[in-house]
Formats: sequence, C-alpha cells, structure tokens
Amino acid sequence: MEYKDYYQIMGVSRDATQDEIKRAYRKLARKYHPDVSKELDAEERFKEVGEANEVLKDPEKRAAYDQLGANWKAGQDFRPPPDWDAGFEFRGGGYTHAGAEDHSAFFEDLFGRGYAEPAGGTRRTFHMRGEDHHAKVLIDLEDSYTGATRTITLRVPELTDDGHVTLRNRNINLRIPKGIKPGQQIRLTEQGAPGMGNAKPGDLYLEVEFRKHPYYRVDGSDVYLDLPIAPWEAALGATVKVPTLSGVIDLKVPANSNQGRKLRLKGRGLPGKEPGEMYIVMQITLPPADSDAAKALYKQMEDQLAFNPRAKLGVS
Amino acid sequence: MAKTNLQILSGEVLDEGTEITLAQLCHTCSVQAETIEVMVEHGILEPVGTRSHHWCFPANSIKRMRIALRLQRDLDVNLAGAALALELLERIDQLHAQLRVIDAR
Repeated sequence: MEYKDYYQIMGVSRDATQDEIKRAYRKLARKYHPDVSKELDAEERFKEVGEANEVLKDPEKRAAYDQLGANWKAGQDFRPPPDWDAGFEFRGGGYTHAGAEDHSAFFEDLFGRGYAEPAGGTRRTFHMRGEDHHAKVLIDLEDSYTGATRTITLRVPELTDDGHVTLRNRNINLRIPKGIKPGQQIRLTEQGAPGMGNAKPGDLYLEVEFRKHPYYRVDGSDVYLDLPIAPWEAALGATVKVPTLSGVIDLKVPANSNQGRKLRLKGRGLPGKEPGEMYIVMQITLPPADSDAAKALYKQMEDQLAFNPRAKLGVS
Repeated sequence: MAKTNLQILSGEVLDEGTEITLAQLCHTCSVQAETIEVMVEHGILEPVGTRSHHWCFPANSIKRMRIALRLQRDLDVNLAGAALALELLERIDQLHAQLRVIDAR
C-alpha cells in the first residue's frame, strides 16, 4: 500500500491551521470539480482532494494521521503500525459520507471502509421502481454516420451483501442510432438498477460523446475537414480527391481560392431530419524550398509577381 | 476472450425536441418535485407548460439538473451560484466547439 501525503495533495504545510485547510480545499475542489474542470485527470484529483480533506478537516483524524510521522514520502510502501489508532474515537470505521467507494486503500486501512447509505426509504417499500443510471459513452464519428452496433463497457456501482460498494464492469451491446450528435442522450428503458419486488427496473441514460477523429471535426451535425492543397491548386483551380464520411469524392477547387476558404458539401454531415453539412476548409501548404530548383521557382515568383501580401497593413 | 452473446439494446434518442415529464425528471435525478420547483424559480430549469403539475422539460434538463445537484453537494454553492456556473459552463462549451472548428491543427 502506498503512503499518501495529504498535506502535499492539499498544498498546505503540516502546521496549517484548520482555516487554511478549509480554504485550500475549497479552492482545489472548484479547480478539479469534474463538471467544471477541463483537466484530463480532474475526476481522480477531485477524489484525492476529497479524501485528503476528509482526514485533515477532522482534528481527530488529522491528529491520528500526523502521529504516523512526517518522514513518509508520497508513494512509499506503507503499513500502519499495530494499534496505531488506539485512543481515537473513529476506531472501527468512522467514515460517514456516501461515495465511499472512491477512497484509496491507504485511507481504508487507516480509517475503515465506508458503508453505502440506504437510499431514502427504499428499504421499507417492497415494490419500487429501480433507480435510473447515467453514464457517458465514447463513440466514433463513423458509427454515428452509418449507425452501428458496438459493445460498450460501463462501470456500475453495486452493493455487496455486507453493504460495501464496489464497481463492476458491465458490457452492453448498444445499437448506435444513425445521426446521433455529441451531447445527446440515449434512453435505454429498464436497463438501470433492478426494481424492488415486482416493480420495474430503472432506465439507463447514456450521454454520447465522440472520440477525437484524426481529421474530421464535428460541430452539432456539421462535419469539418481541413484539406491541404498546393499553392498552384489554389491559384489555378484543380480537381482533388477528398475523403468524406460517404467515401472519397472528386472535389473541384475553384481558381484563386484563398487560405481558409470553405466549400460546403450540402447534406454530407451527420444524417437526420435536417442532415448536417460538410465543410471543406482549404489549407494552403507550401512546398519547402529545400533544393536549388525549388529556390529558383520561388525566386522567379518574387521577381515576376508584383505581390504585396501586406498591402492592407499599409506597409510593403 | 470468450465471445458472449449479448442482447442488442436499442434506445431512444433524446434530442433538443424531446420532452420529459416532471415525474420522469424527478425519478431520473432522484429528487422531489419541490426541488425541481426551486430549480425552476432560479432559472436552472425551464419548463414547458404553465401549471406545475403538468410541466414538461426539454431533455437536456436532466444534464443541467444533475450538474446543479453535484455543484451544490460538492462545492457548497447555492442555487443562484449553480445557475451562474451552468450558464458559464455552457458558454465555455460553445466557445470550445467554435475553437475546435477554427483551429484544430
């Protein structure tokens, strides 16, 4: 088991006052709240900070933790000394909050395991619809375009017989509806938590997000593609091959196209009642001047074209 | 890995046009109708329909409601603060979407 340095996690010194700890916690909780933060490891950090706060905000737990000594390093292999918590009142599991499945083995060894709170009154009712479950799923853009069936793994919290909460992996075979957009939800009737007695199970809500695509970007039901083109293709016009979600097409690049010019392919975005558009964005890509021949060509343009790219700035 | 034959699940897409009832929203977010009424007062949720017993909500209310509840629980913000945070978060999401379109290289 790895030692956790709760002071380091909270960014406070070992002699911080309770007020300093409270302030540090609030600041970090806002920073790493999974609904607010854009950091990739936000959820993990948020749990870590919550766990550190759970110990440090409680003077008794903090005193017990301090007693382990200041010489431990975060990540170091750790065993609690025998009877280390003698004389403290939390002995035998003093943890009260819900969400206890989130705590580290380090925390549980020191302060005991949390118990899931029975959801308000459900124990007494014999026929009650099960809870609805909510989860996020990542799918590929192509699967939304064509519709597909994919196996998806969800992590479902589950109550064990002795009242602990564990996470179980659940695989489902999901039919991805054609044309679903990022942020939309799919409701799967009766795939949530089982009901009590004869009652029906709850529903499962899946919020869909798209995996980052190597070259397409999605905005609502519109699909964008950056298309690299050579300067002469942009200047003289050309017909070039372009990948689209429905296959490779021949695209006519109009003569005198400038950098960033957008061409619209009507209705070639995500399908639906009102199908999205596909936009091709011209990205003029310069050939490198890495040979005498290439340099000569650029020089020739410089000599023969009266071109001032900075005319609008009033300079030459 | 052993190949298991899972039943294929088809669901219903909740898009911008889908509405859910007050009872559905209560059940799916595990809250009482009173909580929803307070959320409506703060503009976190916007019902369709006039009388509270016949309220319907756009489907994205589920997401807004769940975020507001988490902010309240985890960060001790009051509902006015949660409403503000939700609006700002939505603005950030829109800006991120625009940014992805303008500049993904």
